[in-house]
Amino acid sequence: MNEPIIRCEGVVKRFGELTVLDHLDFTVDPGEKVTIIGPSGSGKSTVLRVLMTLERINEGVVYVDGEPLWHEQGAKGLEPASEAHLRKMRQKMGMVFQHFNLFPHMTVLRNLTEAPRYVLGLSPREARQRAEELLELVGLSDKAEAFPSQLSGGQQQRVAIARALAMRPKIMLFDEPTSALDPELVGEVLRVIRSLAEEHELTMLLVTHEMDFARRISDRVCFFDQGRILEQGPPEEIFSSPKEQRTREFLHAVLHPEE
Amino acid sequence: MLFGIEWDTSTSWAFAWSILPILLRGMVVTIQASLLGFFVALGLGLLLASLKGVPLKIIAWPAAFITEFLRDTPLLIQLFFLYYVLPDYGIVLPAFLTGALALGVQYSAYTAEVYRAGIQAVPRGQKEAARALNLSERLTFIHVILPQAVVRIVPAMGNYLVSIMKDVPVLSVVTVLEMLNVAKIIGDRTFNYLIPLTMVGALYLLLTLVAAWGVRVLDTRLPKRGIPLK
Amino acid sequence: MEWTRYIDPLLQGCWVTIELTVYSTILGTLLAFGAGMGKLSHNPLIKALSVTYIEVFRGTSLLVQLFWLYFALPLLGELIGLDLRFHPVTVGVLALGLNIGAYGAEVVRGAVQSVPRTQYEAAKALNFTRTQTLWRIALPQALPEMMPPFGNLAVQNLKDTALVSLISLGDLAFRAEQLRNLTQDSTTIYTMVLFMYFGMALVLAALMGLLERHVGRWRHRRR
Repeated sequence: MNEPIIRCEGVVKRFGELTVLDHLDFTVDPGEKVTIIGPSGSGKSTVLRVLMTLERINEGVVYVDGEPLWHEQGAKGLEPASEAHLRKMRQKMGMVFQHFNLFPHMTVLRNLTEAPRYVLGLSPREARQRAEELLELVGLSDKAEAFPSQLSGGQQQRVAIARALAMRPKIMLFDEPTSALDPELVGEVLRVIRSLAEEHELTMLLVTHEMDFARRISDRVCFFDQGRILEQGPPEEIFSSPKEQRTREFLHAVLHPEE
Repeated sequence: MLFGIEWDTSTSWAFAWSILPILLRGMVVTIQASLLGFFVALGLGLLLASLKGVPLKIIAWPAAFITEFLRDTPLLIQLFFLYYVLPDYGIVLPAFLTGALALGVQYSAYTAEVYRAGIQAVPRGQKEAARALNLSERLTFIHVILPQAVVRIVPAMGNYLVSIMKDVPVLSVVTVLEMLNVAKIIGDRTFNYLIPLTMVGALYLLLTLVAAWGVRVLDTRLPKRGIPLK
Repeated sequence: MEWTRYIDPLLQGCWVTIELTVYSTILGTLLAFGAGMGKLSHNPLIKALSVTYIEVFRGTSLLVQLFWLYFALPLLGELIGLDLRFHPVTVGVLALGLNIGAYGAEVVRGAVQSVPRTQYEAAKALNFTRTQTLWRIALPQALPEMMPPFGNLAVQNLKDTALVSLISLGDLAFRAEQLRNLTQDSTTIYTMVLFMYFGMALVLAALMGLLERHVGRWRHRRR
């Protein structure tokens, strides 16, 4: 059995009075595709943001790829991580945001080459080659010289996926990647994510409201409620015969909103 | 000796201490010139802004040109113009008044813009709502637009008062005895410029800090909803 | 016609005014970026230095600064045993640049702070360092935001150059004063000078407008 690539132990995250993650225990195996579902405010996105080091945690330990994320092994046990350690850990992960967050002042190509060149130290040629391959993967080879403002939302999100992949992460975090899109543009983004899931060894962690999609691509679905995992299991099990009342209510509300 | 006050050049500290009252006399002139110039700017700016708003192009366009012209030409030249040209047409003003007038003329271009922006910043819906209630154009302006515009206009005007203070030293060229001129004269007579000029810098810092603080207090005191006029 | 005789000396003055404007605007821009970014720095020393510079030069009058550098600085130099007497051109450029730089620094700081938080998050997710994020992601996006206030500051700077005539630099204002002493024809001379400054300001504003469109070109592209 492999070591899990992500392991959260008793993670607590508070925003002032509000507890967003409440002693969360959570593991992900290498190569596993995990979907997180749940009502808004249940802490789904916060898990991804904690993993990407965009939010600090208040308690607990997170391990990524065998090393503590927010801590370093010091002389007297775990100590808060230095910026150098955080930078090393960030290297393992890539993130796709709900609102794409492309750099508006750069062409699509430069969005993809900037970090590989200046963070990874690739040569301009290597970075460009890598970017072109990825643009082909997401079907946007003809948009290399366009600016983000010239693209549709779906195209921008595909560029954002390519941009994250250009850093060759082991883990990809998708934070509601289709929630900001017009309905007719959702499909093209989901197709890209799905082909990634099927053809690559990447570990993927996805927060989404697209239940059909979650059912098709995930190895495991986690239902978040009030900062914890209330129920998890293979998609068939969660979607067809959820054990918990809250899960049933949530799925019913999402799948049959008019009732 | 200046303003009947002697200075003591025995030590640096004694010198600084002895010229402080003289510099403070200059500061009083600085403040007086600022305030007078500020009120001229408020009035003249309102006039320019109103003329710019007139629907008749033959009035609005020259007003817009004058505003732009005043904004784009140096205070020093405007001051020289008033100082040397007005007497040619029989208008002889004391230097202090000419100076304050020049400050007012220069800054009227800025205050005109503040009035315009303040009124324009009131949402269109407010005017439409008032019209829907059958308020007249005049009453709409007085009771709906102006009270909401005032809270935006006052702090911006306060900032220009601070700017005017910093421009008062320019009046020294027409012999107004404001703070910098006083310090310069002391320097000319004692060959020690370092102490008086440094003191003027420090006093200026104090003056603008206090004034900026006043503007901030005023800003926080103003109700964001607007000020009813009655 | 009398006024044609004034054109040559006044144009010579214009040239000096233009030179002063260009040099001091360049110096001011460098200082604005240095101090503006310095104020956002996490290094307390750099931050304190930047804040002090900005407050002192925004809080005092340009003419006070000019006179201090011209009259007082050499005396300070004598006290500490350094030769701090500079050519009036140097003093003029220094005073103008330091003054406009302090105002520009606040523009830079404000524009950089207006870059959305999500851009910093995206940069962090791609593992850019703080410095890289500031210079590669935040600053280029803030640049178009800075251009309109920078345009105003450049015109302000042009107008401010008139003050260097008071330390006997032969700029347009100085030439005008010379001619007036010579001819007493104040109305003609000062009217011409006002229009010359106006013309230069319009050209400068147009140039800054072109620059604004250039640095913001990614903003105007639409599908």
